[in-house]
Amino acid sequence: MSRAMSTPSPTQPPPAGRRKRRSFDWSTAVIGTLVVSAGSAVLWRDGWAPFLSILTHDLTLLVDILPKVLAGCLIGAFVMMLLPREVVARWVGGESGFVGLVIATLVGTFLPGGPFSIYPITAALLTLGADVGTATTFIAAWSLLGYNRALVWELPFMGGDFTFWRVAVSLPLPILAGLFARLLWKVLINRDDPA
Amino acid sequence: MELKLDLALILTGVLWGAVLVLGLMAWRRGRILLREGLRTGGLDFIHILPRIMLGVVGSGYLAAVMPQSLIIQWIGPQSGFLGVAIAAVFGAITPGGAVVGFAIAATALKTGGGAPQVIAYATAWALISLQRTLVWEVPAMPAQFVTMRLLASVPLPFLAALGAMLIGRP
Repeated sequence: MSRAMSTPSPTQPPPAGRRKRRSFDWSTAVIGTLVVSAGSAVLWRDGWAPFLSILTHDLTLLVDILPKVLAGCLIGAFVMMLLPREVVARWVGGESGFVGLVIATLVGTFLPGGPFSIYPITAALLTLGADVGTATTFIAAWSLLGYNRALVWELPFMGGDFTFWRVAVSLPLPILAGLFARLLWKVLINRDDPA
Repeated sequence: MELKLDLALILTGVLWGAVLVLGLMAWRRGRILLREGLRTGGLDFIHILPRIMLGVVGSGYLAAVMPQSLIIQWIGPQSGFLGVAIAAVFGAITPGGAVVGFAIAATALKTGGGAPQVIAYATAWALISLQRTLVWEVPAMPAQFVTMRLLASVPLPFLAALGAMLIGRP
């Protein structure tokens, strides 16, 4: 958390040294416990055949998606290295109005990275003069349309049909969120400033 | 099914094509950059490997023990906007990262949750996720911004579900 607090400045050095991620945290432990319990329950209730059939199906799925996950990780690493976050912040922060929302949607969609990098970038956007709507659109696009999350995580778990249609119905949402945020800002926080 | 398989293959090809292009771009700026990118990406992969194995292999067992009648009753295709609201609230309070969120969503879908309701769950989890907001966003962003962003995000799970209901897919 202290990392996130120290990063709102756009002059932050490239994120090469930010990685200190554990591969096993408490939420993984919770899921692990649930999975082991569920697996044992299936074995105890239904016997070996259903247990193994589920295992085979899920292992096939795993083999299918691992190459994608590896590619996703490499893309993320290269983009973060080739594209310093102050460049991104300048792209998105420099435009206002509706164009700003469209650019924020595009950049948010194609920028890889997790919460440890996306919020500092957004904070940098705000200091560079982006308004609340642009920043809201950026975060919404990253979380709803981000190709990284969709391809690496959603596709294998949810299947192509679900992922495609979820993304399709979500396409207009980041811009709507930005417009809502601008409206709320105007009504609730600053009535005079056309945010 | 065949179409889906081809789509998966094309996607994998596109992803690796992007890796190739980005790797070339890094290599042109210096061999060290290429090596650094490969190393960082490879380490990331190794880090998330246990989670993804657990999530993918586990979701089948979780789905098998879920109380199906309860899922159908609460967030099934017939649950309408009340089901959408229930799913959205659960999405907002689901802790953890992508594995947890999608493992739960996949389980809900497999055990009879309606597609619009599961879309509302995934949308709320992606946008509002209270744990991610508190741990990552609040320390990095001005409080007024976080409040406005969250307020502006509240209608979106409902709009996404409405969109899915209107077009009747997936």
